[in-house]
Amino acid sequence: MNSRTHFRLVVLYVLVGALLLVLLGRLWTMQVLDGDHYRRVAADNRTRDIVVPAVRGLILDDQGRPLVRNRTALVVSVDRTSMARQKDRGAAVLTRLAATLGTTRDALEKKIRLCGPGVQRPCWPGSPYQPIPVDDRVDPKRALQIMERQEDFPGVTAQVQAVREYPEPAGASAGQALGYLQPITQEELDRRKGLKVTGYSGADLIGRDGLEAIYDTDLRGEPGFRKVLVDSQGRVTGTAQEQAPAPGGSLVTSLDAGVQGAAEKALHDTIGSARKQGHKADAGAAVVMDVQTGRVVALASYPTYDPSIWTGGISQDEYEALLGKKKGQPLISRATQGQFAPGSTFKVSSVSAAVGDGYDLKGTYPCPGSYNVGSRAFTNFEGESHGDMSLHTALVVSCDTIFYKFAYEEWLRDGGTKPKKNPRDPMVEMARKWGFGTRTGVDLPSETAGRIPDRTWKRDYWNATKKSDCKGAKDGYPEIAKTDPTRAAYLKAVAAENCAEGYMWRAGDAANLSVGQGDVLVTPLQLTRAYAALANGGRLVVPRLGQAVVRPDGSLVRRITAPAGPKLPVDPKVLAYIRGGLTGVTKSGTAAGAFNGFDFKKVDVAGKTGTAEVYGKDDTSWFASFAPAKKPKYAVVVMVSQGGTGATSAAPAVRQIYEAMYGLGGKKALLKNGALPTGLPRVSYDGKAGK
Amino acid sequence: MNGIGAVDGYGEHARWRRRAAGLRRLDWTLVLAVVALSVIGTLLVRSATFQLLTDQGRDPEGFVKKNVLNLVIGFCLGGLVTVLDYRLLRAYVPILYGAACVGLIAVLTPLGSTVNGSHSWIVIGGGFQVQPSEFAKVGLVVLLAMILGEPRDGEVGPGRRDVLLALALAGVPAALIMLQPDLGTTLVFVAVVLGMLAVSGARKRWLAGLAGGGVLAAVLVFSLGLLKPYQLARFTAFLDPSADPRGAGYNTQQARIAIGSGGGFGKGLFHGEQTAGHFVPEQQTDFIFTVSGEELGFLGSAAIILLLGLIMWRGLRIATQAADLFGTLVATGVVCWLAFQTFENVGMTLGIMPVTGLPLPFVSYGGSATFAGMIAVGLLQAVHVRRRPFD
Repeated sequence: MNSRTHFRLVVLYVLVGALLLVLLGRLWTMQVLDGDHYRRVAADNRTRDIVVPAVRGLILDDQGRPLVRNRTALVVSVDRTSMARQKDRGAAVLTRLAATLGTTRDALEKKIRLCGPGVQRPCWPGSPYQPIPVDDRVDPKRALQIMERQEDFPGVTAQVQAVREYPEPAGASAGQALGYLQPITQEELDRRKGLKVTGYSGADLIGRDGLEAIYDTDLRGEPGFRKVLVDSQGRVTGTAQEQAPAPGGSLVTSLDAGVQGAAEKALHDTIGSARKQGHKADAGAAVVMDVQTGRVVALASYPTYDPSIWTGGISQDEYEALLGKKKGQPLISRATQGQFAPGSTFKVSSVSAAVGDGYDLKGTYPCPGSYNVGSRAFTNFEGESHGDMSLHTALVVSCDTIFYKFAYEEWLRDGGTKPKKNPRDPMVEMARKWGFGTRTGVDLPSETAGRIPDRTWKRDYWNATKKSDCKGAKDGYPEIAKTDPTRAAYLKAVAAENCAEGYMWRAGDAANLSVGQGDVLVTPLQLTRAYAALANGGRLVVPRLGQAVVRPDGSLVRRITAPAGPKLPVDPKVLAYIRGGLTGVTKSGTAAGAFNGFDFKKVDVAGKTGTAEVYGKDDTSWFASFAPAKKPKYAVVVMVSQGGTGATSAAPAVRQIYEAMYGLGGKKALLKNGALPTGLPRVSYDGKAGK
Repeated sequence: MNGIGAVDGYGEHARWRRRAAGLRRLDWTLVLAVVALSVIGTLLVRSATFQLLTDQGRDPEGFVKKNVLNLVIGFCLGGLVTVLDYRLLRAYVPILYGAACVGLIAVLTPLGSTVNGSHSWIVIGGGFQVQPSEFAKVGLVVLLAMILGEPRDGEVGPGRRDVLLALALAGVPAALIMLQPDLGTTLVFVAVVLGMLAVSGARKRWLAGLAGGGVLAAVLVFSLGLLKPYQLARFTAFLDPSADPRGAGYNTQQARIAIGSGGGFGKGLFHGEQTAGHFVPEQQTDFIFTVSGEELGFLGSAAIILLLGLIMWRGLRIATQAADLFGTLVATGVVCWLAFQTFENVGMTLGIMPVTGLPLPFVSYGGSATFAGMIAVGLLQAVHVRRRPFD
């Protein structure tokens, strides 16, 4: 052996030794130095947390009748992650599943795709890592097939789950108030601490609207955990740890299924008859409130829908057909989200404002057919003239010109077109005190605030619209002029006026406000609260639907209370006077026809009609009331959008509700002695009411 | 060719006596190390496959039985090579080389079957399959030893002609293997060629040129996009396995977790949870080291590395003591092969080398690899029993 070969063999010795040392060093680092870290990772790798969903609590009426309960259903779910890992991305499995479920693969694929921009329903709005329910009405035989032949259906599970059911006791659906559930999104899931859902948990739902959303935490309960051992394929090989779920609490509401049902029926009936009379009557709302506590006894909105369509996913077609614009967007609660001009029902605020501003409560005022506000003549309803009268009569016959006079004079005192530095605007200020223009704080989501127009609002609005107004003032409306030159000329004049002085609080604005017209908007719930305040002596209550949360065993978790509302800055004598006026409305005033033959001896109803003109549309029909007049317990308000006058559409519906509540006209009384149940109902877990 | 004549000169009796003496002359340390690794390997194969086979409703000892069969055949082949005079091999080298190349071409035809993205196997029925590239390693070692170990007069190293011939003859099977594609075996070829050239005494500029050429080739392969995307992904995944934990980085990450969680003393044979859950793919073959890592811990795994080191040390010792340059080169080639393959295989499970499909010598399950490994040891023994009496 020559020396070069020998030397290079020695180099090879060293090289091989070095390589082995590198391996040993690395092995030492990984196993001995970093061993703990890898052991932790390995444990995570091997176990999986399964969330055992808690049974969601019920929603009950004031007597313990369930408005929302659960039924058990066999739910078939598809795991996206598992599909993605299959060779054909799950195509074969989905084809088989579609055949078993009697649907198409295409339909299933649409159900399990993720919602996002540009993706139409059906799609999955929840977390992509959760099994996606594709069928919750599968019959047990087919579910069993899927469970037994797991090798044919990898990634598909069939599990017993609780799904929401709406029994509609006494015909009460209350869809918008109850709300609905939707799969939780990934962001919401991440925000929930300690709830890392992986794999098998099934759909975790979250309240998306109504009481389901507001009281979600109470209803949801605490999900249980099961730590299971899995192999690399995710197959469960054993259970390491288990914690049972805690079922959610049930929500006892102040809604009374009987009254709710009656209110919904009355609303439905009156809209039907309004349509018969040729009105469009596209929407409506009815609210019944306990005037002393602010508890909402009934909250109805029209059009309505069946909330059970949400379970099991909803297709775009279904969504459009059931919840779209054509169907009048039934998801929107007209009672809390609908904003309409209140018309004459608003005068309770205007009377108190006028008296507060110095007008004599006992005085007499002229009620001509028309009153000149500046250069424009403002008329009574149908131009009727009534001569001199008291404020009482003004409310009974709903005279507008008296209020125009008050508003115009107050406006002049504030400086007219050249306003003082700090104008008093008594009508605006008083309207705010009655709770208009701000949310009531009811325990429902997405409540709207309505609008009390004032000087600031006018300026903001003008800033936003002056561009188009000034263009209209300059160019006119040639398109409209082709067919209707008079209208085009009128529009041009209006545009010119708005362009030039639209930022100003004009006399016409003040006059319109005083009778609840023009830019004033209120929600039916706001108006109900205002009438409750009128009835209870001036306390502006905060409305509540939730009364208490109770455990499945019936014990109390918490009572739901409302903060004390502010007091109206109105003399109780003035309120009593207004109440007196409204008592006359149903007997000899604008609602006398609607209440003809009503048994006032049994329950004396006081109220006010409202007919709000809406530009380009039919009038909004209102009737706001309270009863019994002497010792008020309830405020009842009905609104019918595009329903004609208050006397013809809304007032008969209110009458129908009272008759049902008190059992008049041969009906059985829904309320014992006209009173709501005191205390909470005893509730058993299956939702059957006990006494 | 003198050796052939020398053997022929002995009578029947003398031959047997010589063979008995040869048995005593065997390197028993080497034998024991190989046997120890084979036993450990069989236990690890059982651990890696028992649960999986049970789950699949197959014979849970199926892999173990086949592994034992492979080992028995392997020992026989090794023994056969030992008793053959290795110098005789020179006569058969062209046949061996030709057979290896034919096998390598055959796998590229429809005769071959694809496992894990490499078209490296020929199925011969009855559940058996042959991986010609394993045998090509043996062929390469002997061929290079023959060309580079040609007796020379006064020259310290092989001439230019010999080097070029060696490179050309090594290049053919290497290219065929690259086509499969089997990156790991190609790299083994490179290591063997470099090591044997160096020890044969080839000039430094050849070695430097080859190393430079290798680097250039690697750069070209990457820049021209000759690698399949999955190869590139596997190659780069070891740098950051968390980048794609479900895809390319999965093996690497799961391998590290299994080994790391074994700690100093392991979880006990057959008690590895990661192994039982078969989180690491290919665990009875290329990733068998993860089973020892998890179940036997640092203690057991270091023992495996040291046993392999022992084999390499004996191999180098045999190379040093060989009777002629041919023997030295055969032993050197075997050591380079085993050393690189060990480093690559263990290194990839430890995350310091990219993932390629190479088995761990004497430990991994696999017929062709076991046979080739045993033949390699047989070659070492053959050189050893005919070593120079004095050094």
